[in-house]
Amino acid sequence: MSLAALQKRMAAALMQPLGPGDKLAPDADVSYIKPNDRLTSRERLEIYSISYWYRLLDSLYEDFPGLRAVIGQRAFHKLSKAYLTDRPSQSFTMRDLGSRLGEWLRENPEHAGARLDLALDMIRLEWAHIEAFDSAAEKVLGPEDLLELGPAMRIGVQPYIRLLALHYPVDDLRIRVNSEVEEHDAVSNAVHKRKAHRLVSRIAKLKPEDIFVAVHRLEFTVYYRRLAPEEFRLLEALRRGQPIGKAMDAALEDSAVPLGELRKLVETWFAIWAELGWLCHPPKGHRHA
Amino acid sequence: MPANPFNGFTEYGIGVGLRIPHYQHILEKKPVVGWFEIISENYMIDGGRPLAILDQILEQYKVVQHGVSMYFGSAEPLNREHLRRLKALVKRTNTPWVTDHLCWGSVDGRYTHDLLPMPYTFEAAKLTASKVREARDFLEKPIAVENVSSYAEFHESEMTEWEFLNEVVERADCGILLDVNNIYVSSRNHSFDPYDYLNSVPPERVAQIHVAGHSKFTKYILDTHDHPVIDPVWKLYEHAIKRVGPTATLLEWDDHIPSFEEVHGEALKAQQYVAVPATVAP
Repeated sequence: MSLAALQKRMAAALMQPLGPGDKLAPDADVSYIKPNDRLTSRERLEIYSISYWYRLLDSLYEDFPGLRAVIGQRAFHKLSKAYLTDRPSQSFTMRDLGSRLGEWLRENPEHAGARLDLALDMIRLEWAHIEAFDSAAEKVLGPEDLLELGPAMRIGVQPYIRLLALHYPVDDLRIRVNSEVEEHDAVSNAVHKRKAHRLVSRIAKLKPEDIFVAVHRLEFTVYYRRLAPEEFRLLEALRRGQPIGKAMDAALEDSAVPLGELRKLVETWFAIWAELGWLCHPPKGHRHA
Repeated sequence: MPANPFNGFTEYGIGVGLRIPHYQHILEKKPVVGWFEIISENYMIDGGRPLAILDQILEQYKVVQHGVSMYFGSAEPLNREHLRRLKALVKRTNTPWVTDHLCWGSVDGRYTHDLLPMPYTFEAAKLTASKVREARDFLEKPIAVENVSSYAEFHESEMTEWEFLNEVVERADCGILLDVNNIYVSSRNHSFDPYDYLNSVPPERVAQIHVAGHSKFTKYILDTHDHPVIDPVWKLYEHAIKRVGPTATLLEWDDHIPSFEEVHGEALKAQQYVAVPATVAP
């Protein structure tokens, strides 16, 4: 048997979902594995299969605490197994494991039950969180750069910032879930169960609400900042490479906010963005008209 | 061999794996450490805290890169994006040598994120060696391959693991990251004498040594890196040092990680063996 054929057979066997009792799938092909005096061929391959599944399931578990809270632990476990079966990792790093989860869930909505839209929003937020943590940062525009700002100029938005338009207030929910997870170790089981119950009930009552969020980082910690719709559109337009003047026209034209107030708001936004280090030089392709 | 072409002619002494729970301690207390080994993949990113910490570490310490997903033994070609990112990191750290495992772990672009054992065949040795050469030429750094712990063997194998290791490193003209704990674990799982393995390793190719702890189960031993090093592994280490000479040595501790002092203290136990002059066996 060629090396390629052997590796395909072994990978197929160990990546098959585990059977009942976390045993190697009953129909897994193990004919190429030698038994020894203590372990059968199946038992030897099972060591690798269990290791594969637990490593990847643990990674998704860590990356999507909010989704776990939304659909429940059991449903999350089932979803994770189905997702990893359909979409095995295609990256050398497990950091990317959840990159296709949203797209997959849209094709397999039964895994989210009645909370599909909420689950999809939470996945977008949690994936944005991962990306905001370790994506690139460009040199921040300094005060001297900001003094020169004019309508024909283009400025960039830091590449690590993710701008999200969402239909549920999942940012608040994720923050609450995070604090529950952090508190878990510090409180008794009874207290934890009461808190978990309150969280489940809160999720059940969560009403849709259109929100705009920037997932960004400050001092290497990821934060969520709510944006006004106009602020969101302006940042998106700047990121697309539009000159400041055109970006403002596009972002503000349908606004119900009176013009005078909008002017003040825009000034405030630019001041906040500058303080948070969100503004940078535009990517090379966007520098000239 | 203290310094050789496979570790960039360096004499690095005893190092410790750089792990997240120790970041704060290291940056605040600045302990005296010979060098740090980083898991390359954890820093093959575009920005954020991991790279900022790494840059601070690089200001004060020597760093060597150790990878976990190059998969020299996978039948498919090397991942070019992986190589590109790895090279960017190599430029950042200026690591004198680069290590990864003598194993496979991906098929048709799908990753298991595991260090899967090789079938010890001439076909596999030839392919693996050609991929090591390709990576070395691209990265422009010496490469050393690490023997892995294994729990399965293949009917297809045509030689022992140590014969396979020798076949690969001779064909690739590369170094060896000799993991004595992995030799111990595999020797128990596959019932061979670990000293037969050690005595067959070409001393002149050993660039670095790993020691670690493991977990014992009823029917096999698992390489868990979550315990201190046991005495039989230190004995193997002592034997390796006698054959190879004082060599850059690193303690791996990746799970249930104790305080930095404890991990460093465990690593420094290697000093008592490194101090012994080398008597290279024929």
